[in-house]
Amino acid sequence: MSFLLRRLGFYLLAFWASITLNFLLPRLMPGDPVTRMLSRSQQRLEPQQVEALRTLMGVDGGPIIPEYFAYLGRILTGDFGMSISRFPTPVSEVIASQLPWTLLLGLTSLIIAVILGNLLGILAAWRRGGFLDSVAPPLLVFIGSFPYFWLAMGALYIFGINMGVAPMRHAFSVGLVPGFNLVFILDVAAHLILPALTIVLVSLGGWMLGMRNTMIATNSEDYILMAEAKGLRPHRIMLNYAARNAMLPSVTSMGMSIGFIVGGALLTEVVFAYPGVGYQLLGAVQGLDYPLMQGMFLTITAAVLIANFLVDLVYVRLDPRVRKG
Amino acid sequence: MSQNVTDPQTLIAEEPTDESAANRARVSATRLLRTLLRNGKAVAGLSIIVVFIVLALLAPVLFPGDPARITSAGASTPSLQHWLGTTTKGQDVLGLTLWGARSSLFVGFAAGIFSTVVGVLVGLSGAYFGRGLDEVLSLVTNVFLLVPGLPLLVILAAFMPPGLGTVIVVLVITGWAGSARVMRSQAMSIRGKDYVAAALVSGERPLRIMVREILPNMASVVMTTLLGCIIGSIGAQAGLEFLGLGDVNTISWGTNLFWATSDGSLMLGQWWIFVPSGLAIALVAFALALCNYAVDEITNPRLRRPKHATKSTAATTVVRKEEK
Repeated sequence: MSFLLRRLGFYLLAFWASITLNFLLPRLMPGDPVTRMLSRSQQRLEPQQVEALRTLMGVDGGPIIPEYFAYLGRILTGDFGMSISRFPTPVSEVIASQLPWTLLLGLTSLIIAVILGNLLGILAAWRRGGFLDSVAPPLLVFIGSFPYFWLAMGALYIFGINMGVAPMRHAFSVGLVPGFNLVFILDVAAHLILPALTIVLVSLGGWMLGMRNTMIATNSEDYILMAEAKGLRPHRIMLNYAARNAMLPSVTSMGMSIGFIVGGALLTEVVFAYPGVGYQLLGAVQGLDYPLMQGMFLTITAAVLIANFLVDLVYVRLDPRVRKG
Repeated sequence: MSQNVTDPQTLIAEEPTDESAANRARVSATRLLRTLLRNGKAVAGLSIIVVFIVLALLAPVLFPGDPARITSAGASTPSLQHWLGTTTKGQDVLGLTLWGARSSLFVGFAAGIFSTVVGVLVGLSGAYFGRGLDEVLSLVTNVFLLVPGLPLLVILAAFMPPGLGTVIVVLVITGWAGSARVMRSQAMSIRGKDYVAAALVSGERPLRIMVREILPNMASVVMTTLLGCIIGSIGAQAGLEFLGLGDVNTISWGTNLFWATSDGSLMLGQWWIFVPSGLAIALVAFALALCNYAVDEITNPRLRRPKHATKSTAATTVVRKEEK
C-alpha cells in the first residue's frame, strides 16, 4: 500500500511540475505570444477575451505569485482558456472531443505491440539461434529505425493510394452516424488498422529484444534447471517459470513507453488525418493556438500519468516483493 | 603505442593509486575498439554512418549553390538529369537529401552528445554524493522521464524562437533524463567497489574519483547511451520539423518531409519526394542501432551466441532434444 501511495505522490508532483512549466514558459520566453496569435485570428476576438488571453499568457506583466495561484486554480477546475484556431470553443471541449480517438489508437497499438513483442521475445530466447532468433531481431530493428510518421506515409501510399484497399483519412466514413452498432464498429476498425499497424511495426522490435534479453538471463537460473529435472513439460517451464519471471522489466518499460507511444500516435494521426489529439495538435501549431497546445500537453501528461499508475497496480499484482516492502 | 607505455609510468611517480584505474581504462578502451572492429554488426553500422557523413560534407561540392533553387518543371519522376526526380516546386530531390544530411546529422549528433553529457553529470553526481542530492536529482530525472516527450517538445519549440539552436536545446531538455537514469544505476554499482573506497581513503577529490575511477569503468554504458540518445534525437528532430516546428527555411530531412506533405505529394502519389529523406533517417538510425547492438553483445557475454554448451545452457540442450 505504501508503495502505491508513494507512486501516487510522485505522479501528483510530476503533474504539478508540468502545470508550472506551462505557466512559466510564455512568461520566460522572449516575444509576445498574444500579438502573434491575434495576427492569425483576424480580429475575431472581443476586447475582454484578448485581456483574458493576456492574463493567461502573462504578457500584461501582473504580479507573478497571485497569477500563479489563479492559474493553478483554473487548471484544476479544467479551464484551459479559449481555443484560437477553433474559436470560440473552449480548449477543454476541443480536447474532450479528440482524446477518445487518440486513446483508442494508442491503447490498441500498445496492447498489440506488447503482447506480440513479448511472445516473440519468449520464443526467440527459448530457441536460441533458431530461425526466429536470428531473422526477426535485425529485421525488426531495421523497421524500428523508421520514423513513425514516415512508415505511416509509406503504408498510406501503398495501401491507400496504390492499392486503394484502405481508407485514406478520418476515423470513420463520412455520413456514418456514430453509434454502438456493428456497421459503425466495423467501419472504425477498418480505419484503425493501418495507423495502428504502423505503430505496432515500429515498436515491436524494442519489446521483442527486451524480453529476449531478460529471458536469456532467466533461462540460466537454477529454478529452471530444477523445473527441468522435475520433468515438467517444456512449454510450462517456458511460460510459467521463465517468462513469468522475465516479465517484470517489460511491465516497467510499458509504463515508460506509454509517453513514447502517445508521441508516435500524434505524428501518425497527422499523416492519416485521424481526428485525435495529434491531428488537432497540427492545427494548433499551424494556427499558433498556444492555449490549445498547452491544454493538450497537460491533458496528455495527465493521461500518461494515470496510465502509469495503472501499470503500477499491475506491477504490485505481479511482484509480491513490492507488496511486502 | 609508445604513449601506452610511458604514460602510466609517469602517473605512478605522481600518484600510485591512479595507475591501476587509468591503465585499466586505457586497456578496456582499446580492447573495446579492437573487438568492435572484429564485429560484423559494428563494421556495417560504422560504414553506413561514415558514408553519410562523407556525403554530407561533400554536399556543397556535389550540388553547388542553393539546393532549394528551382531547377526544372515541378514533380518530374527520377531521370538521368535528376536522379531522384524533383519536388512539386521543381527542386532536385537528391540535392535536398544530401544537403539535408548536414543539418540532420549535426543536430542529431549535437543534441545526442549534449543529452549524454548532462545525463552523465546528473547520474554520476547523484550516485557519488548520494543522500539528499541523489533524492532530488532522481526525482527530477523521473519527472522528466514520465512527461510525454513529443507534446513537451512541441510546446517548448512553439514558445522559443525558431532556429537550429532552439531545436538542439529542446531535444536536450527532453532527452537527458533517460541517460541520467542509466548512468546513475551503473555508477551506483561501481561506487560500491573496493577501488573507489581505496581512492576515497587515499584522500582523492570527489571530481577526480568520478572522472578517473568511476567514469572509465562505465565506458561501454556511456557508449550505448550516447548511441541511443543520437538515434532518439534524429527521430525527434524529424518529428518536430515534420510538424513545422523547426526552422522551415533550413534544409533537413525533417523539413523535406514537411514540405512533401504540405505540397500534397503523398496524395498525388509522388513517392520519390518523400521516400529518400525517410529512408536516410532510417538508415542512419539503423546503423547506430547496429553499433549499439554490437557494443551490447561485446560487453554482455550472455548475449553472445554460445559456442560450447556450458553448465547453464546444458539444461536447455536437454529440452531441445526432447522437443525433437
